[in-house]
Amino acid sequence: MQLDYTEEQQAFRAEARQWLAAHVPAEPLPSYDTEEGFQRHREWEAVLHRGRWTMVTWPGDLGGRGSSLVEWLIFEEEYYRAGAPKRVNMNGICLLGPTLMEYGSEAQKARILPKMASGEEIWAQAWSEPNAGSDMAAIRSRAARQGDTYVINGQKIWSTRAVWADWCFGMFRTDPDSQRHHGLTFILVPLDTPGVTVRPIPQLDGLPGFAEIFFDDVEVPVANRLGEEGAGWRVAMATAGFERGLMLRAPARFQETARRLVELYRENRASADRDPAIRDAVLRAYLDAEAYCLATYQTACRLDQGGKIGPESSTNKIFWSELDQAMCGTAMRILGARAELLPHAPAAAGVGTWLDDFLFAQSGPIYAGSNEIQRNIIAERMLGMPR
Amino acid sequence: MDFTFTDEQCLFRDAARDFLRGEIKTQRIRESWNTDSGRDTALWRQLAEIGLTGVTVPEAHGGLGLDELDFVQLAQECGYVALPEPLVNCALVAVPLLVAVGDELAAHWLPKVAAGEARVIAGLAQDPLVEDAHVADLLLYGEGGNLYALQPDEYALVRSESVDPSRRLFRVTPNPGVAAVLDGAQAEPLLAAGFERGALGCAAQALGLAQRMLDMSVEYTAQREQFGRPIGSFQAVKHHLADVAVALEYARAPVYRAACSLARGDPRAPLHVAHAKLAACDAASLAATKSIQVHGAMGYTWEVDLHIFMKKAWALAGSWGDAASHKARIAEAVLDDGAPLGAGATF
Repeated sequence: MQLDYTEEQQAFRAEARQWLAAHVPAEPLPSYDTEEGFQRHREWEAVLHRGRWTMVTWPGDLGGRGSSLVEWLIFEEEYYRAGAPKRVNMNGICLLGPTLMEYGSEAQKARILPKMASGEEIWAQAWSEPNAGSDMAAIRSRAARQGDTYVINGQKIWSTRAVWADWCFGMFRTDPDSQRHHGLTFILVPLDTPGVTVRPIPQLDGLPGFAEIFFDDVEVPVANRLGEEGAGWRVAMATAGFERGLMLRAPARFQETARRLVELYRENRASADRDPAIRDAVLRAYLDAEAYCLATYQTACRLDQGGKIGPESSTNKIFWSELDQAMCGTAMRILGARAELLPHAPAAAGVGTWLDDFLFAQSGPIYAGSNEIQRNIIAERMLGMPR
Repeated sequence: MDFTFTDEQCLFRDAARDFLRGEIKTQRIRESWNTDSGRDTALWRQLAEIGLTGVTVPEAHGGLGLDELDFVQLAQECGYVALPEPLVNCALVAVPLLVAVGDELAAHWLPKVAAGEARVIAGLAQDPLVEDAHVADLLLYGEGGNLYALQPDEYALVRSESVDPSRRLFRVTPNPGVAAVLDGAQAEPLLAAGFERGALGCAAQALGLAQRMLDMSVEYTAQREQFGRPIGSFQAVKHHLADVAVALEYARAPVYRAACSLARGDPRAPLHVAHAKLAACDAASLAATKSIQVHGAMGYTWEVDLHIFMKKAWALAGSWGDAASHKARIAEAVLDDGAPLGAGATF
């Protein structure tokens, strides 16, 4: 055990820091849940790509750097420290990308990954359906095979980024007689295909961060299938899934939130200390963000040395989402009567981005597998409790 | 950056685990409650035979010369079996203190510790009582900023009974006129370092205790049936234990980091130890609360073994600095202006 950075790792950090200092926009971009903001974030992805920073763990020929997971953590630290824009193609890079690398054909990888890396094609996920949320095996949207074409009919919902995205990926029932997680196929669909209707759904902040997608006789080539027909569940749940979970939310993000929370507490100490529970919650935020960082480094080092990630990784989604909710809730308590004010309101001095952060934090325990489902996974697959 | 243990460290842990889980059955712990000392000299010698008492004793004195990082997983295993013998105190606190004091004192006692012929115990006065002072062949006792090295005829003991029948706690009063081996400025850094090691030992044992209670609860809820099904199949029960698993998962890395910081002399080690102690003891307390809940009325009995581990977990939470004192250390390091915080400030 050696808990400091090698010279190479320090050089990597310095390079990232220098590049970010030169390229991160001086003014925050508009929200990527607006049309203009989406476009600006897409352009930022292209800037990142030119610097080979889209996904540092990807191989060089895909615009990455073949970096270790520890280097990825270092990059993320510098990225959040620099206050760089949110990543509009997270669903592509973090969720579909690794799955493609494992299950995609060479032709699929060559067609999709470079454009994903450059931001030319932004991806939305299309997992949930109105009656298949936590119970994803209840998927009913159908893809009927007709020669070299799938004809898709059905409806997806809660598709993040789908309003302005270019493509979506999801599971569709290819075997009409199948039940549950059998007979599902993983298919990639261009959102401009005739028959696709995207209906925006405003989120808590009023912006259309997700959407419903309706499929009416949507024809896509069989070549858009990822993995074998009927193997969709296995593709979606593959071992890569655990690693995806690791990379979805870097510790740096929460450590920066914890840092801002400590600063908010310092600025408002006199009023905050009227409730001793606030000080306690601020300390807890610092410690838990630190613990998430430590545990992630531990896992990253193990994986970099050839170890395998297991179901224990399901603990991380619960931990960071509930940490985020607690941190943002604490900030709201510190802000008191100002907490409800929109950032541009005349009386909103010093409220920062906490309201937006707080609203978004409410979604954390729900998306990417609700925390109830995560607790079931921990109980059944990690602890071996009976089904 | 390498946040993993070496193969050697893991092999040693596995060997200790096999021995401890094989030898320290709960029946043996229960039997020890009925003995005068509550301690088992034969077991202490067995621990010496597999090298455990001498882990941190320098090789020149017959030990293995290992450090906090090598020992931390062993301390976890001691927690897992609720080992009554004072191995963690001796190896993690007392021996490094002896090594730091040096001279004839160290030369005399260290080989005896490694050989299992003597127990050296540290009581550094952050807590009002000293555990296992009654079986100390040499007691390293901190009081009033001084460090004493006391032999059994040099102090008086008054026992205070604990809820945990395995714990033997004593108020120590050195005899009048007994001289300190180190005082003032010389003693201060040793006492401070000893305190950090003691707190680390608690944290590591708490991890083991939490894991043990979790394992017992998983096993019990798989067997116990109600409504025609094992109660472990109910979500309400699953989620209790999943919460323990999460807390434990995020307590381990802080404990290992604290061990590494102590072993490497990192100036931020006190902050890291405070985090480790809080996180691990909180995880163990949560494990106790959730475990007794899923054990139902059985968990509230003397017969079922769960209380052996719950009581030790509850006791450790207040030992070697209670939660309030460790939290105060963290507040001092974190809440003041200029503290290194945020992304990239961890290592």
